[in-house]
Amino acid sequence: MRAVPYLLSLPALLLFAGVVVIPLAMTVVLTFHDWGQYKGIEPVFILKNWQEVFGDPYYAEMFGRTFRIALIVTVLTALLGAPEAYILNRMKSPWRGLFLLVILGPLLISVVARTLGWALLFGGNSGLVNKALMSVGLISAPIPFMFTETGMVVALVHVLMPYMVLAVWAALQRLDPQVENAAVALGAGPLTVLCRIVLPQAMPGILSGAVIVFALAASAFATPAIIGGRRLKVASTLAYDEFLNTLNWPLGAVVAVLLLLALVLIVVGANRLVERRYAQVFG
Amino acid sequence: MSRNGPVALVYHALFVTFMLAPIGVVCWVAFTPEGFLSFPTDRWSLRWFAAIARYPEFVSAFWRSLWLGALSSAIAVAVSVPAALAIARHRFPGREAFTALFMSPLMIPHIVLGIAFLRFFTQIGLGGTFTGLVLSHIVIVLPFALRLTLASAVGLDRAIEHAAVSLGASEWTVLKRITLPLVVPGLASGWALAFINSFDEVTMTVFIAAPGTETLPVRMFLYIQDNIDPLVTSVSACVIAVTVVALIAMDRAYGLERLLVGRGNHGGTHGR
Repeated sequence: MRAVPYLLSLPALLLFAGVVVIPLAMTVVLTFHDWGQYKGIEPVFILKNWQEVFGDPYYAEMFGRTFRIALIVTVLTALLGAPEAYILNRMKSPWRGLFLLVILGPLLISVVARTLGWALLFGGNSGLVNKALMSVGLISAPIPFMFTETGMVVALVHVLMPYMVLAVWAALQRLDPQVENAAVALGAGPLTVLCRIVLPQAMPGILSGAVIVFALAASAFATPAIIGGRRLKVASTLAYDEFLNTLNWPLGAVVAVLLLLALVLIVVGANRLVERRYAQVFG
Repeated sequence: MSRNGPVALVYHALFVTFMLAPIGVVCWVAFTPEGFLSFPTDRWSLRWFAAIARYPEFVSAFWRSLWLGALSSAIAVAVSVPAALAIARHRFPGREAFTALFMSPLMIPHIVLGIAFLRFFTQIGLGGTFTGLVLSHIVIVLPFALRLTLASAVGLDRAIEHAAVSLGASEWTVLKRITLPLVVPGLASGWALAFINSFDEVTMTVFIAAPGTETLPVRMFLYIQDNIDPLVTSVSACVIAVTVVALIAMDRAYGLERLLVGRGNHGGTHGR
């Protein structure tokens, strides 16, 4: 009888051992292989690729850009998404469901289609976004969005926003409306209620949403590739180039493995921090 | 609970505009009568939808994506049902580790998985094949299938099964009349969520799809990299339409919030 759960898990275990663990291990091994324009991949053990990535400032700049964009996107989704989740939470029944569908729905719509929409909206200096911003007087000259970090950030904020709203929404669901009412009854103003009651309880949701958004923004591919074009590279588009254009697989593998390691460290570290800080909330 | 003030409602309107603008714009441009990108105002045309039929690579990529999604999601659900039963009904050493392993494709960036699969499939001779695509898609959609099968396995009240047995039902009858009807909505939603994720996947698939085995998102992505014209907007508009229909169906059948938040209060009233 003790073998039953193992037998039940066996198909999934075999699948994951064969199709996840082994390929990932092979990728790590690949980073130590040699590569040449004419000789291809040589199965030897050298540190050349790692030295190249750590030695060349080009890679430091590229990783710097990747994580800078991810950080800005995370902060913006939190600042914009958390209030929206709160507004959604206070809506009445038919509207609440409808707008939840409208805001979370894009999560399931193809990233390529959504990014194409931004490429159309940006469309050079005469794009719709610039026209709209200039007509309301927010800017005086058109901002370049295509092939810039600004454009990448705007498109990524849109692509990843549903994850933040979802996380904050889930946290607000646990909030007891009676606590808010009690605070009001005891004479607290709306701002006090927001800062002292709602925000502390929404914080675990904001933080867990931030971890998800950061990880997805740092490893996003289709959006930076379409908005950034061929010149403005982030880690994932650089790895893609090494694999499918330059064909220097070992070097591309180093970039990918470094991205994975950095993300695992950041995500695990952030989760530890959140759990320790909010142990009583989760417990 | 207090109502939203005017400031909140204005913010909400701007937010919804931001979320819908790029999607709306794609669908709008798709109806242009011109041969170049433009926003149709007085004249609308379906010429770019008709033009899709003249590009067999989009049509065949669409059918391939459909088959790939259906097949890999079905296998993912089939594999995750026994695993979900093990995790939900048994306490055993390694239970947490298994769950973490099966959920890991959510945490590993798809770009890394794509690179790993490209190397792996090339080495074992499955490079650029449909089999390779199916294997990789099973893995990346399994967490979604598992989450929903797990939710229905946890939410399953075993007292109902015991009651049926004590009233004289055979094991087969219990399975057919009690257990399956209770878990089928969860399995169907798990399959649907897995299907949508497979159908939309581009980052990993772009590495392992060869010219003969491109999926629709990969075909669209490669097309956009070269040039953006009204044709790709009409293809995108079709993809958006299919997703919206699936979304509304899923929302009616299971509740989108429950599907995405993934809470296991299946069946509602009992327990907790």
